[in-house]
Amino acid sequence: MALRNIALLCGRTRGVLATRGAAHFNFQPTEAPKEYGEERTKMNLCQAVNNAMDIAMATDPSAILFGEDVAFGGVFRCSLGLKDKYGSDRVFNTPLCEQGIAGFGIGVAVAGSTAIAEIQFGDYIFPAYDQLVNEAAKYRYRSGGLFECGKLTVRATWGAVGHGALYHSQSPEANFTHTPGIKVVVPRGPTQAKGLLLSCIRDDNPAIFFEPKILYRLAAEEVPTGDFMIPLSKAETVRSGKDVTIVSWGTQVHVSLEAAQLAQEKLGVSVEVIDLQTIQPWDEEHIVQSVKKTGRLIVSHEAPKTSGFGAEIAAAIQERCFLHLESPVARSCGWDTPFPHVYEPFYLPTVWRVFDSIKKTVNF
Amino acid sequence: MSAPFSIQCFTCAKCKRLFNASAEQNAMVINNSTGAVVCQGCAEPGNTSSLAPYLQMIQEATMAIPKHVPVKPRDLEAQTSQTTRQNQQEKSIRIYETMTQLNIMDRILYDAQRQGRIAFYMTNSGEEGNHVGSAAALEDQDLIYGQYREVGVLMWRGFPVDQFMHQCYGNSKDLGKGKQMPIHYGSQEHNFVMISSPLSTQMPQAVGSAYAFKRQPNNSRVVCVYFGDGGASEGDAHAAFNFAATLDCPIIFFCRNNGYAISTPTTEQYGGDGIAGQGPGYGLHTIRVDGNDLFAVYNATRRARKLALSNKPVLIEAMTYRLGHHSTSDDSTTYRSADEVQKWGSGDHPIERFKAYLMEKGWWTEQREQEWALQVRERVLTAFAASEKIQRAPYHEMFEGVYDKLPAPLRRQRQELDDHLAEFGTHYPLDRHLKKY
Repeated sequence: MALRNIALLCGRTRGVLATRGAAHFNFQPTEAPKEYGEERTKMNLCQAVNNAMDIAMATDPSAILFGEDVAFGGVFRCSLGLKDKYGSDRVFNTPLCEQGIAGFGIGVAVAGSTAIAEIQFGDYIFPAYDQLVNEAAKYRYRSGGLFECGKLTVRATWGAVGHGALYHSQSPEANFTHTPGIKVVVPRGPTQAKGLLLSCIRDDNPAIFFEPKILYRLAAEEVPTGDFMIPLSKAETVRSGKDVTIVSWGTQVHVSLEAAQLAQEKLGVSVEVIDLQTIQPWDEEHIVQSVKKTGRLIVSHEAPKTSGFGAEIAAAIQERCFLHLESPVARSCGWDTPFPHVYEPFYLPTVWRVFDSIKKTVNF
Repeated sequence: MSAPFSIQCFTCAKCKRLFNASAEQNAMVINNSTGAVVCQGCAEPGNTSSLAPYLQMIQEATMAIPKHVPVKPRDLEAQTSQTTRQNQQEKSIRIYETMTQLNIMDRILYDAQRQGRIAFYMTNSGEEGNHVGSAAALEDQDLIYGQYREVGVLMWRGFPVDQFMHQCYGNSKDLGKGKQMPIHYGSQEHNFVMISSPLSTQMPQAVGSAYAFKRQPNNSRVVCVYFGDGGASEGDAHAAFNFAATLDCPIIFFCRNNGYAISTPTTEQYGGDGIAGQGPGYGLHTIRVDGNDLFAVYNATRRARKLALSNKPVLIEAMTYRLGHHSTSDDSTTYRSADEVQKWGSGDHPIERFKAYLMEKGWWTEQREQEWALQVRERVLTAFAASEKIQRAPYHEMFEGVYDKLPAPLRRQRQELDDHLAEFGTHYPLDRHLKKY
């Protein structure tokens, strides 16, 4: 048996959860398709975001980047060097006020300039909720198309980081998928971060781009250096399989991939893993085709189970694929509690919880 | 080029005569009680304000920040008429001991995070004076809402060192049961509301509590809410100031203006005259103090408390400096110079300044300093070592406190986890948690 398998089976790797700073997953790099460009260089997710913003600002003179602490490079260093390159009128700190950042960003977009608005932690996006839900999302609709703020992209950090607890770990996407008019996107790695962020910035709709903070340093791969975009509302099958479909996004894609590998080795079950990428509007068709093939679906996300986006996928799939389903749609998610500090290993849908879900699904 | 908008002619509301305002400057005044524009002849003496002959923007106020002057020995404003010199001495020593204990504890816990023993930490370096000075001026029954950098306030109140440790470790003795990140303290016993990370959310909450207290018969409690120069930019700050003033709440707003919000200097945080400059606009009694001058902070808070208790809300802006990094996730050398930090740290440290006073009074000596430092270090390290060994609460605790009672669907989720751990438990850090209380 391969060394890696032994480590997984005897739980030593998972025992590492107890060590401060160790992640609950291994990042699985993917190779970017040729059409994104031949020239590549190693980038982590933070550098990929930086690169995307650099390209966006180089190709669009109206583009500006603003938020808390972005001028010196940002608390996660995503905006490093951009102020020096593009000037302090294009890259600047705002006062500490998320409702201001969002409202200001909408106004920039309404005036025809491209706004890249940074919210330091997704957990702090809620003061901006009124602006995003009542204004940004409804601007085009309520004006008969006369006014719109499509040039707005809000970037916010997202997801578990090992010790973030209640207010540095949240996955707030479902709070926004419930609002028609706004796009919600989550990348699983550096290549996707670059390509999807460029798409969000250039898309004619306001978009929220959630960046998994735990992947900023940890996720590194060869990323095409040129200007490329990954289309929105297109899911990607990251691992092909025929027995069970897992749909996930962000960090959880890697957890799902590990669980899929385990299922293959321990249960002989072939699992297909799909990265949803755009959460809203989502690529329903892609999931439907997969479930018609496998007959079994698991949705996995860090956000709490109740009213998480998994609930929407489950409802839609049972509508569209009822007669194809061999088992109920399962959801392996965070529990319905605030995100706890020392209990994080018990809170998250770990590799073992997803594996457990696969096992129950195939044995239904 | 168009002429500035100007009111050329007035009609006196009383005698109806027409005046050419630009030719006859100061001919017209406004009657304060009625708001009517009248001529000097018809004006009520002592009840008028002058009318600008042309539209004039109010110049931005340029209230100078008080220049730092070296501490002259000054005494704490007497709390009661019974205050004796002995009480002054005891209180002053207790203040100094609290500030220095905080300073020492901060260093130890900061290092602990660097060593990977605790997940996260935020120091209070340079702000010991504004914490303890304000806390010592309040009464124990006053309710405190904090942001996250007010450990000295809680320490003054008597929150034990080992409880600070338990919270940082998130062990089973932590009052919060390990649910929050380190430094998110709170204590009902000490009237200090549990900290939460989002900025300034505590501000309107504090105002609400103050209003509720006001309605109690014979109310003797004020609320004191702390926030920073950055937090003052949040919308919640505006809401809080406005509600406090319109509803006459017994509240003290204490702004720790320490120069930075992570990397953002105050020059990028506000365009007006700091936070104090906003106070009068809302109708708040306002004072700006040197936050590193223990006496200034103490005496201002004492005075503020008196006003607040008579339902006149007060804003105190304490000018200070954040000597440490924002947190263990920050490296402030990337956005400020070592010289700047050095200038404040050696030239204007609240602990050094207060020590000078104590030494001059003969209430403290270098020998006592050394003994005290050793004593505190040992106390902190002992508490730290003991806390590290204590296990975390049983994992079921994760499901407690979402509501007052565990709802059925959540109980089923807890069961689901139990069943999962029965089969896969070896992959989880169960040994770090108690099996049951």
